[in-house]
Amino acid sequence: MEFVDNREDIFPDLRVNIGSLEIANPVMTASGTFGYAREFENLMNLHRLGAVIVKGISLHPRPGNPPPRIVETACGMLNAIGLQNVGVDRFISEKMDYLAGLNIPVIVNILGDSLAEYREITERLVGVPGVAGIEVNISCPNVKKGGVAFGTDPSMAAAVTKAVKESADVPVMVKLSPNVSDITLVARAVEDGGADSISLINTLIGMAIDLKTRRPVLANVIGGLSGPAIKPVALRMVYQVASSVSIPVIGIGGIETTEDALEFLLAGASAIQIGTANFINPRVSEEIVEGISKYVVDEKLPSIRSIIGGLSINDG
Amino acid sequence: MSQYQEKATVSRVEQLSAKNYRLTLDSPDISGAAKAGQFVMIRTGLAKDPLLRRPFSIHQTSANGQLQIYFKVVGRGTDMLARVKAGEIMSVFGPLGRGFRIKKNSPAIIIGGGLGIAPMLFLAKSICRLKTDCSNDHIILGGRERSEVEPLVNDFRQFGLRLGLATDDGSYGHQGYVTDLLKSLELHSEYTVYACGPEPMMARVYSICKSGSMQCQVSVESVMACGMGACLGCSRMTKKGTYTHVCLNGPVFNAEELIWNS
Repeated sequence: MEFVDNREDIFPDLRVNIGSLEIANPVMTASGTFGYAREFENLMNLHRLGAVIVKGISLHPRPGNPPPRIVETACGMLNAIGLQNVGVDRFISEKMDYLAGLNIPVIVNILGDSLAEYREITERLVGVPGVAGIEVNISCPNVKKGGVAFGTDPSMAAAVTKAVKESADVPVMVKLSPNVSDITLVARAVEDGGADSISLINTLIGMAIDLKTRRPVLANVIGGLSGPAIKPVALRMVYQVASSVSIPVIGIGGIETTEDALEFLLAGASAIQIGTANFINPRVSEEIVEGISKYVVDEKLPSIRSIIGGLSINDG
Repeated sequence: MSQYQEKATVSRVEQLSAKNYRLTLDSPDISGAAKAGQFVMIRTGLAKDPLLRRPFSIHQTSANGQLQIYFKVVGRGTDMLARVKAGEIMSVFGPLGRGFRIKKNSPAIIIGGGLGIAPMLFLAKSICRLKTDCSNDHIILGGRERSEVEPLVNDFRQFGLRLGLATDDGSYGHQGYVTDLLKSLELHSEYTVYACGPEPMMARVYSICKSGSMQCQVSVESVMACGMGACLGCSRMTKKGTYTHVCLNGPVFNAEELIWNS
């Protein structure tokens, strides 16, 4: 009979801090790719997640865009879902009880058309049991007004951050759009606006054309590109932002494997979010937690925190 | 509702016509849980491209844990799928969605057009198993030409139901549409019609059902990324003016819930 040598290396230290929020491991699920978590309950162990970020919530319910809403592209996909969601009130009354019972941090992604809307959603979330944080979507490319302007203009991004921060009773994470020429300007603006952390990147705006019909594939014409195709861009932006702000950075973009996740941590991310990969393997986030755990054991690291920002750059 | 992400071994690949294939997979968990009209999402390869799983309706299941899909090569994913060999392992996710709601006390008319024939074998089997009397039940299969229909006909004959066949070009069975054969039956409001096929076919089937006050269930197709309600990519407008999602609320709908063009 063989016994497993079970010392503390069975439970390696995977804890990371996102400002004042300590999470059990650096793996989160990205907004819009994980529903309201319950959809995945029979497919994985939700309790293994560092945190769950739920589908973006607006003040009022949104029906979303007409189909086709998605199209596969090389190593990725474009989506123009149109921020379909049940609205903040139904979210709180119908979805939050279940989420609060999960005993993992629940971060609510919010979006709005105006500063007043962002503020009002935040106010409705004050005191709601189970809400551990707010992620502010200032970058979704699908809604024609509002979203794009906030994420691409540093002063507007700062203003939204400030509005949410003033009303929120939980840490505020701001999710950046990659569709800008210098992302560090927006990152520094939201840091100045009081953000507790920054997550990036949201989708890159793209387009697909059907040659036979000579029409755009998506009814919305343009959509957000996600999946492994965007990983190099995401890594670069995470590296740039982590080097230019002092608040924690959460890396997002094309993460499908443990190795992908670790690369983002090296680039300076304190945690990561899994997005599109959830569609292909609903258990992927749990597998990445297991993979990171194994990495910490195999590399004999004191904790996963020891590799955050550990990228070596040789200037020679 | 149990769903499984199963590593299924390919046990058989059949090329039924120039572009149409049938794949048999050893998938005991999914085939054991599946109901007629449900679907699976299959990863056609393990590389990053093509990235997404592909949805396939379940063609039939067998008591020994096998599951079949019937598909046409239309793009990169299905092209890869057509090239798999017996013994290879594929990642299969399912069973997904809501299948057909079989009306035990109502005579059935099963209509499959083109690739829409795929889920109808499972349905015919389920109906014959559930009902004691199938003598008033019909199956109508159609396609553009012979090769879309003929290779599947023997599988449908085993149920002893009345079988109608049609092709657009007349190369096999009646020359014309499945709806011609539907109209030629002595229809009455007791019938439940189950249909899967191209949108215009289902629209015509529904309009015949509507005028004959017959219940009509249709299985519709959609692009989708996840198959389980997470991506919200497979939206379809309903008569109520709200979007429904093919993966969760379908793929089988009561035809009257949906909007039909023409």
